Amino acid sequence: MTGRTHVHTSINDTDVDFLCESRQSLLEVLRDVLWLFGTKEGCNDGNCGACTVIMDGRIVDSCLVLAVEAEGKTITTIEGIAQAEGLHPLQQAFLEGDALQCGICTPGFVLAAKALLDREPDADETRIRHWLAGNLCRCTGYDKIVRAVLKAGKEMREEAP
Amino acid sequence: MQDFEYVAPTTLEEAVRLLDGNGLKVKALAGGTDILVQLRANRFQVDRLVDIKGIPELNQLSCSEADGLTLGAAVPCYRVYEDERIARLYPALVDATSLIGSIQVQSRGTVGGNLCNAAPSGDSIPALIILGATCEIAGPKGRRTVQVERFCTGPGRNVLEPGEMLVSLKLPLPKANSGAHFLRFTPRKEMDIAVVGVGASVLLDDARQRILSARIALGAVAPTPLLAREAGDLLAGREASEAAIEEAAKAARAAARPITDIRGTARQRTHLVGVLTKRALGTAIARAKEGKKP
Repeated sequence: MTGRTHVHTSINDTDVDFLCESRQSLLEVLRDVLWLFGTKEGCNDGNCGACTVIMDGRIVDSCLVLAVEAEGKTITTIEGIAQAEGLHPLQQAFLEGDALQCGICTPGFVLAAKALLDREPDADETRIRHWLAGNLCRCTGYDKIVRAVLKAGKEMREEAP
Repeated sequence: MQDFEYVAPTTLEEAVRLLDGNGLKVKALAGGTDILVQLRANRFQVDRLVDIKGIPELNQLSCSEADGLTLGAAVPCYRVYEDERIARLYPALVDATSLIGSIQVQSRGTVGGNLCNAAPSGDSIPALIILGATCEIAGPKGRRTVQVERFCTGPGRNVLEPGEMLVSLKLPLPKANSGAHFLRFTPRKEMDIAVVGVGASVLLDDARQRILSARIALGAVAPTPLLAREAGDLLAGREASEAAIEEAAKAARAAARPITDIRGTARQRTHLVGVLTKRALGTAIARAKEGKKP
């Protein structure tokens, strides 16, 4: 109806320009236009957190952000958090702690947990469970996820200068 | 989702012009955490979405002991509950905003949007009502103000005329010896929709024994969030005692007009209004006693 809009963003520390329709969500564009398939679609209505990305330092459900609203924003997806020397401590802890089974919820959990630990490296179990309430997992029963986040937090604190 | 025109004005005048669609179906977009879900579910159609987040006045959050709180309609929940001045002066607003959706939703969703969405269960609305908030509205015919308790007119409906928009919410500075609290009942602690929500605010005398005035507001028990005026008024002049609180809870139950739906029965909701009113008043009174003595 209204043609496509040019949007300029920074995604995973790279300048990214894309064209989108007004009705397209950021999630649709990440997956279908930019082929960043790490961001998952779950419920598509803000309940499950599978599409969580970090936008300007805050976690958001990318299904509830219009792609046009991403103009000028800085976005981190799961593809952007591994470091040159290897996986992010959260990714490593999830792997080692069996904190995933089917894996659909995992990118959202990792990004939500990263945003928490970046702000509150000492977050305790209660805080972690509260912070992750917007991410659903139907496989693990959550416990291994919470243990993995606690472990990663400890490692990140020890590594910090 | 159907396609629509997306516009992002940077001034209030431009936004009002764009919202007045001349027959087009137009809606304002703030955090989008309700409206995008509703559009995707085909709850309604729009020809144009007006993104109001680029308008400076709508991002305003000023809180001072001189003027009280001005909360722009596009300010997301996290900016409210992370603000130390708001936490000190308006803890009931922190109670409510930190209950809305997930951390993800709180990054985007706004108090103004929660109000305009006019869900009977909207968590921030009873909190705004007990704190005496007023809505600053701009439209083609100029500006007007409406008391929050008069803003919602039915489920999903509010007083805004075509072309009108909520600009900000103004909350008076709480008086000395006052306190307020909002709480809700949900099967799950987070990420849920209130079966019942109750807010209460009280103003005590200088000795902090007697209630001078009180306001009680109920959520999810009527077509709109409700100011239970009689329940609050009967506390005026009373000792802050269990007997008085019990009486107010009874009056609040009488004011509720709940329905039975997927989240609860009318009977359960009426019961919850009583329980939550007592708890809300108890915490409001405790908070009033915590503050600095004048």
